[in-house]
Amino acid sequence: MKVLRDLFKDYRFALSFCVLVVLVIMALLSFFSPYDPTLWGVAPRDLEPSWEHWLGTDSNGQDIFWQATFAVRNSLIISLIAGLVSRLIAIIVGMIAGYRGGTTDRVLMFISDSLLVIPLFLIMVMLSMLVRQYMNLAVLGLMLSIFGWAWDARLIRSVILSLREREFTQTAILSGTGTLRMVLNEYMPFAMPLIFSTLINNMSWAIGLEITLAILGLVNMSIPTLGTMLNWAITYQAILLMRWWWIGTPVVLSVLLFIALYWMSVSISEYLDPRTRIQRVGTQ
Amino acid sequence: MAFTKRYLIPRLIQYFLVIFLGITAVFFIPRLIPNDPVQRTLQEMKARGSFLDPGTMDEIIADLTEMYGLEGSWGEQYLAFWGRFVRGDFGVSFFQFPTPVNKLIGIALPWTLGLLLVTTILSWTLGNIIGGLAGYYSRRHWSRALDTVAMIVRPLPYYIFAFALLLLLAYVVRWFPVSGGTDIGRKVAFNWPFIKDVLRHSFLPALSLIILGGAINFQTMKLIVQNVNAENFVQYAKLGGVTEDRIVSKYVIRNALLPQITGLALSLGQIFSGALITEIVFSYPGLGSLLYHAIVNGDYNLIMGITVFSIFAITTAILIVDLLYPIFDPRVRYT
Repeated sequence: MKVLRDLFKDYRFALSFCVLVVLVIMALLSFFSPYDPTLWGVAPRDLEPSWEHWLGTDSNGQDIFWQATFAVRNSLIISLIAGLVSRLIAIIVGMIAGYRGGTTDRVLMFISDSLLVIPLFLIMVMLSMLVRQYMNLAVLGLMLSIFGWAWDARLIRSVILSLREREFTQTAILSGTGTLRMVLNEYMPFAMPLIFSTLINNMSWAIGLEITLAILGLVNMSIPTLGTMLNWAITYQAILLMRWWWIGTPVVLSVLLFIALYWMSVSISEYLDPRTRIQRVGTQ
Repeated sequence: MAFTKRYLIPRLIQYFLVIFLGITAVFFIPRLIPNDPVQRTLQEMKARGSFLDPGTMDEIIADLTEMYGLEGSWGEQYLAFWGRFVRGDFGVSFFQFPTPVNKLIGIALPWTLGLLLVTTILSWTLGNIIGGLAGYYSRRHWSRALDTVAMIVRPLPYYIFAFALLLLLAYVVRWFPVSGGTDIGRKVAFNWPFIKDVLRHSFLPALSLIILGGAINFQTMKLIVQNVNAENFVQYAKLGGVTEDRIVSKYVIRNALLPQITGLALSLGQIFSGALITEIVFSYPGLGSLLYHAIVNGDYNLIMGITVFSIFAITTAILIVDLLYPIFDPRVRYT
């Protein structure tokens, strides 16, 4: 609890925490939605915001507020799947590379370096073209996680590399601790804070890529996410027709979400170690 | 000689391995998906209602089969795929049949290249200069104000940022044209009106890339300079009476620039992806818009061509930046 109290002293953490709480509440509200998000024409079309429709309605005849609750929920689900699965890959790769060293290390780091260097976005476009018909939240989340681990595996590896040289490693090995136990019991606690802060960064990356792919029309358009909402608004020329309530909703929500996630991760990593500030501004 | 052996050769090996890995991925991705890509492409074309006479159809099937390299075993297919890559032959576009993919990329490339070169150079130099100054004078008000702006801009993806800028500058204020590379119907010519037109149309996409890219460079440079500033040798130089100009240019900037050059090399791929997306937002006629039309039309050949070409171009660009590195870092040069 002291940790939380200290974190809340940082205005960035307090602000981002509040914004995230509001967004999560909004996502939870979707369970009480009076409308089915996949149905069209459940409300009158193109209404401005009013008491009945808080954020107005769109050209598909959907209520924008309730649609947005589903969008936030689904975007968060995708980013959580992508974040958690890619964390798993990053942890495994980083720990093995850091602990084994030698050729294993070089091969694994070569793969992760290549992933960092290649314009992944294009490969993802290719992949989503091919799996478009199977596309749903889980598939998209998994797809993003395959590509999202490289940078963080490097960070975890560097932590393990420094831990390996510490004295307690030798003590543990000499007293007969196996490799697996060693990594899980002795090293994980040290790497955990870093893993958590990279999780937040990765979630933000996943939400951004989902929006990008949705704008290109490469995801399932009937599942409301921040990206598909934006796509529909653009398709129906909401900007030209001055329907600001429609185009504005996903843009404002995603701006809030990105800034909140970023500020939270910055604040946490500064709290953990002022020197890691260098790492937070690295790629991704 | 030591330089060649310790720096150049490992770097070149890595370059070829990365291209190898990238192209291999492009080869295997379509093959891991459990359906016949040739039939699927044809279905998509039919579903979109495009009419094709039997002759064209056969040509397309032959071309698709050859493009996906579906004759023979996987080993043979793989070798044929490399053969095509080395010859730079990406087949023909289906939706602008029979224009070769190469030609379409060739038309779009100068636009993207121009945009990328200008924005990367500007955002890197501006971000580093301003970031360096802000890091050196980190207690001043303007330095903190800039830091806050960077904190807000930094997490936004290119798409959202470009979009906000577009809404603000092209619709609300109406200073700049909403889209396109030139006014409609203007012929390509190398005279002042044409260049002026291109510049005016490129301004918004360039601005959004420069601000976002600049913010990233600003933040990193500021932190690095702050750290270098705290080092003993800088403190010692100050105590020893070295002039401030000299400390900034010779002691701080020189040291802080090294990680920034590596950073530039590493982020080139991301800058490139960002530029593609920005082009789509502003309907700027470069590779990004070409890619978008290819996706909308299900033109798989074109997508494959753009992907393979980009992997090659980006890794080469990174190699060039890396090979320039020794000029700035004497430690690499002399060991």
